[in-house]
Amino acid sequence: MIGKLVNGIIHGETRSIARAISWIENDVPQKEELIDALFEHTGRAQILGITGPPGSGKSSLLDRIIEQERKRDKKIAVLAIDPSSPFTGGAILGDRLRMQKHTVDAGVFIRSMASRGHLGGVAGATSDSVKVLDAAGFDLIVIETIGVGQTEIEVMNIADLVMLVLVPGLGDEIQALKAGVMEIGDIFVVNKADKEEANRLKAEIEYVLHLKTEDEKGVKNPIFMTSATENTGIEELVNGLHEYMQRMGENGTLRERRRRRVTLELKKIITAKIEAHVHKFLETGNNLDVWIDQILRKKTSPYKLINEKVIQILKELKEK
Amino acid sequence: MSRKIRILISKPGLDGHDRGAKYIARALKDAGYEVIYMGIRQSPEAIVKTAIQEDVDFVGLSLLSGAHNELFPEVVRLLREQGANDVIVFGGGVIPQEDISYLKEQGIEAVFTPGTPIQKVIEFIETNKERVLH
Repeated sequence: MIGKLVNGIIHGETRSIARAISWIENDVPQKEELIDALFEHTGRAQILGITGPPGSGKSSLLDRIIEQERKRDKKIAVLAIDPSSPFTGGAILGDRLRMQKHTVDAGVFIRSMASRGHLGGVAGATSDSVKVLDAAGFDLIVIETIGVGQTEIEVMNIADLVMLVLVPGLGDEIQALKAGVMEIGDIFVVNKADKEEANRLKAEIEYVLHLKTEDEKGVKNPIFMTSATENTGIEELVNGLHEYMQRMGENGTLRERRRRRVTLELKKIITAKIEAHVHKFLETGNNLDVWIDQILRKKTSPYKLINEKVIQILKELKEK
Repeated sequence: MSRKIRILISKPGLDGHDRGAKYIARALKDAGYEVIYMGIRQSPEAIVKTAIQEDVDFVGLSLLSGAHNELFPEVVRLLREQGANDVIVFGGGVIPQEDISYLKEQGIEAVFTPGTPIQKVIEFIETNKERVLH
């Protein structure tokens, strides 16, 4: 079953790709084997993250970028992330509404993804899904984040470069963005540039970037002015993306980032695996209530209790 | 492992009355499903391509223009042609009683007409979801 799926993916079959992403989203037991089997086929795609506040036009801009890249005969995959309801777990995924003209184009694959409780602007399944799309031979993989604000920085750990989309008229928004998401942007876009105050926004971004790059010589974050609805500035933006990517490859940034990505991924896997083993060993599910009662009745304290458990685990490990 | 049911809601054909489709999308979200909303004026080809890319379990079609006898079966046919045999298709809209049995023969498993309580739609999904769990 896995062999067939892997084969389908590396031959770029839509149904196999789509099913593999569902496997990852649903965290099926065969997921790890699938990702490992695909691994040797990954590493060729360029991975672009698009983030920015809601209503900034991320999807519409992406629609235009796809248009440009298709003219250059690139195969493109999009992972568009929307939030899941914290109450029901349900979601309405509507990002692809803005990219409809590419639906019947065989060179474009769009997948909507619900965050399923994951924080940081992407879904827990996003990074493994990127690997599937990479193995499937897409030239460009775009991750469109949920777009809610300053803590949306996880895309930085998945993408090669991050494009931050801003729009005029958000008032003090840019001030607030300074600390969080502003720092992860490689390329900045002032969308809806036909609006008044677009130039002022550009000046503000330049100012913030100036503060950021003051002591990093040679780092320059480009700012592009676009209007997705009027289709202006898009070609310049896409050229800019390619140039930036090329520069990242030449000056070693790309290699550094990919190395950091693997580092973070390994740490994440280690943590998750150890956590699962520890919970199994301690039978946390069964014992948690008992421990809580002990703490509430002041029989013990949180650190003391857990440290005792940890010592117990370490002892067990040594004996083995 | 945490399996989520994914449902595509779309409007084939040329009418732009999407209130019903939007209501259903919203209600299904509130019932805990992941709903991919595709909007109005979609061709059967676009609906089927989307259903496959999104790997949905159900496709819900809404139509008020009267072209349901042509467009609903076409969606089912294209899905099967693409090998998506497990996707369950249902429909809704202003559909005359006498057309419903024809649509069911063509593989549209349920047809919900105006005034149907949303609970009926959810029941339909709940009773059929075992079939699509893979």
